[in-house]
Amino acid sequence: MSVNTIEKPVIDRSTPLAAQKTPETTERLVIFAWSGELDKVWPTLILATTGAAMGKETTVFFTFWGLFPLVKNEVRLTGENWMQKMLSAMNRGGDEHLKLSKMNFAGAGPAMMNHLAGEHHVASPHELLEMAKELGVHLIPCQMTMDLLGLKREDLIDGLEEPAGATKALADAQGAITLFI
Amino acid sequence: MSITIATSLDLKGLSCPLPIIKTAKAMKGLAPGELLEAFATDPGSVSDFKAWAQTTGNPLVESGEEGGVFHFVLKKKEM
Repeated sequence: MSVNTIEKPVIDRSTPLAAQKTPETTERLVIFAWSGELDKVWPTLILATTGAAMGKETTVFFTFWGLFPLVKNEVRLTGENWMQKMLSAMNRGGDEHLKLSKMNFAGAGPAMMNHLAGEHHVASPHELLEMAKELGVHLIPCQMTMDLLGLKREDLIDGLEEPAGATKALADAQGAITLFI
Repeated sequence: MSITIATSLDLKGLSCPLPIIKTAKAMKGLAPGELLEAFATDPGSVSDFKAWAQTTGNPLVESGEEGGVFHFVLKKKEM
């Protein structure tokens, strides 16, 4: 097959957005949540809940550091061997224990950020995660990283879908808006 | 023709994305053609409500501002 035969999707820019028919059922948003930091998990959950509120079928794949926010807040140590245990000891899971990527100041940064969020009536990551479940966002943990990091299904919060792999993630992402955060 | 508002939402003080999420939830409970009004103070809600109406196909039939409070009227689209 030559390059010329590849069909390019035609985007009609002549019609204003408002007049274009946007079938909500076919529109999908897929977010790859790679980071476990507060300042990345927050926008991930804001976009996921908003996507669902806009009628988009929304999926968030949680992989690598992104899995730790899904650990139950009361679970302190995870992992089977000393390396995995050490990892969880130094990188506590749970959506109430997220660190900032900058200005963390040993936890003082997130505390101030949460205080500001409360004052400005910004929903917390925990509240947004609950809303995402309510709105039917598909929350899918990555099976391979769960195994690698020693996170078991019972370490993670309820309301998640079955852990899946990269193929399922990419198949879902086909034709969808995709974000890697 | 009389215009009746089926649901009224007080979203004052709430920040993004809560006004839209609460609106989207409330709109689910409306019958086609019914109206929802919302009051918000988040300046971002002006463009958010417009964009939400455009992408979901539920028309924004009225919007305005009075004393720092933005108000919106959305119409539930026909099926």
